[in-house]
Amino acid sequence: MRPKIMEEVEALRGVNSAKIKEAHEAGKKVVGMYCVFSPSEIALAAGAIPVSLCGTTQEPIEEAEKVLPRNLCPLIKSSYGFAITDKCPYFYFSDVLLAETTCDGKKKMYELMAEIKPMHVMSLPQTAEGEDALEMWKNEIVKFINFLEEQFDVEITEEKLRDAIKLMNRERDAMKRLHKLNAHKPAPLSGMDMMLAQWLKGFNVEKEAGIDLIERLIKEVEERMEQGIYAFDEKAPRILLTGCPIGAGSEKVLKALEEAGASVVALENCTGYKGLDVMVDEEKDPITALAEKYLATPCSCMTPNNRRLDLIKRLAEEYQVDGVVDLTWQACHTYNIESYTVKKFVQEELNLPFMQIETDYSDSDTGQVKVRVEAFLETIEVSAVAN
Amino acid sequence: MYYIGIDIGSTAAKVSVFNEDELILNFAMPTGWSSIETSKVIEKRLRDKGIDLEKSKIIATGYGRISVPYADKTITEITCHGKGAHYLLGKDATIIDIGGQDTKIITLENGRVTNFTMNDKCAAGTGRFLELMANTLGVSIDKLANMALEGEDINITSMCTVFAESEVISLIGSGTKKESIARGIINSIIGRVYAIAHKHGIKDTVFLTGGLCEIGSFVELLSQKLNMKVETKPLARYAGAIGAALLAKNI
Repeated sequence: MRPKIMEEVEALRGVNSAKIKEAHEAGKKVVGMYCVFSPSEIALAAGAIPVSLCGTTQEPIEEAEKVLPRNLCPLIKSSYGFAITDKCPYFYFSDVLLAETTCDGKKKMYELMAEIKPMHVMSLPQTAEGEDALEMWKNEIVKFINFLEEQFDVEITEEKLRDAIKLMNRERDAMKRLHKLNAHKPAPLSGMDMMLAQWLKGFNVEKEAGIDLIERLIKEVEERMEQGIYAFDEKAPRILLTGCPIGAGSEKVLKALEEAGASVVALENCTGYKGLDVMVDEEKDPITALAEKYLATPCSCMTPNNRRLDLIKRLAEEYQVDGVVDLTWQACHTYNIESYTVKKFVQEELNLPFMQIETDYSDSDTGQVKVRVEAFLETIEVSAVAN
Repeated sequence: MYYIGIDIGSTAAKVSVFNEDELILNFAMPTGWSSIETSKVIEKRLRDKGIDLEKSKIIATGYGRISVPYADKTITEITCHGKGAHYLLGKDATIIDIGGQDTKIITLENGRVTNFTMNDKCAAGTGRFLELMANTLGVSIDKLANMALEGEDINITSMCTVFAESEVISLIGSGTKKESIARGIINSIIGRVYAIAHKHGIKDTVFLTGGLCEIGSFVELLSQKLNMKVETKPLARYAGAIGAALLAKNI
């Protein structure tokens, strides 16, 4: 039985798509964003609503493939497909779009998407290391501020930025505490519910209401823990899921893991914990603080990306995980290549079982994914017995 | 107490029965169109052989493992193959299992499965590919493998099963010797298996399971490609069923 408030969380999908329409009709501006690198604080400081537009369902991919190559990551195809089919209310009501030069596939897709709506592209450095990279990214932050000021005819003051930073830090803090509840053995929330709660925050039109809902969910879960109510029993293998982002519609690997009896306790991906780990420094000058926070995102588009390994290590220890599953969307070169590094690190440094699954959003390989996931969990069980 | 392993693959169903520690029975049959029907036939055959299913522990494995209502548990074919191969071989190995729709490479260390790789989404390099091509040539799989030893070392270039079939038809049309086409077909499947095995990494002995292990000429050609002797055992096609039966002892 899941926590009652999860129903309210799930209802956010419907609620927010109505609210975005109301907000638009009331003259509010909406900034559509695609990535965990997107500084939503700046949109908030401009008096606008930041929403996440990253595509997580198979549905619009067929349309996208009329333009984009088939052999491209499903996330890019789905995002573009939503843009051209007008099936996503958040895209529809977005006044401007913010994109980043993360991977090659995305940045070239954005060239095509920019024909549909006004778009600002932030140039990410290829590395997060060193002063040059930070200077470049600070400059990009300033350019985005200028863009929004011009587009919306507003002034983004330091005070407004500081307020937005505090608000987003509060959201991050709540989401982080929610995620950390599953560090408890056994986990009180299923990975599926955790993913939904984390993913749905990206659509919150009213940030304060969203934070309040998560605080209530945390409270309910804590009460349930006191009563000894958990999502899994003590024996369920605890899995850390890393790799490409997932949302509703692209949860098949997470679902297969939990249906096979695993408890997915940590989501080290950008819809999960990746964006929550580092807070924005509230003391520093806001532009430097924002630049530092977002550049610290351990994404595979950065080289090197050792921070991801550090994060996996911390989460694996804190959440007492029994195995690591790395999800790679087909044709995502950066995560796909990095999987080898992650595999070596997990097997040799952390001494944990590891499996990579490369797949797409379709259900054409459900049978194979199921066999692989079950067999992986069996190897964990066997090694647990042997140790 | 009987321990029974039922391995329902996409093409063939295999059953192994232990009476305590003694392997007393192995039988196989085509899976046919319905694995539920197959599981009923298996149940009847077990009863006909005088095996009391009420005094048995049963594990089902393979693609049709969920279609065995009288099984106590299901375990994936990967874990079962590992267990069964270790029983048959008596040592660690890299197992190559060429099944009807999947080809799997499984690493055994200290008798345990520590790593595995499967082909995804495509029937290239599987038993099904061989079956279709044998049909196109109008011969049995055994015959095809034997013919291959006599043929010239040609290649079928298409990886896709459907395109490969067209290629075989045009080779027939252009008068290429049947033996050489057979060799090309075997080369194609062995090339795919080699690619998966090579990426996975080969350690210790290579042990072949699945229906093709019974065809000497196939084992010989696979050994040539891998540049090492591929081992197999007369009961290797039952590895999954034997492993399932052995694991049933732990229930």
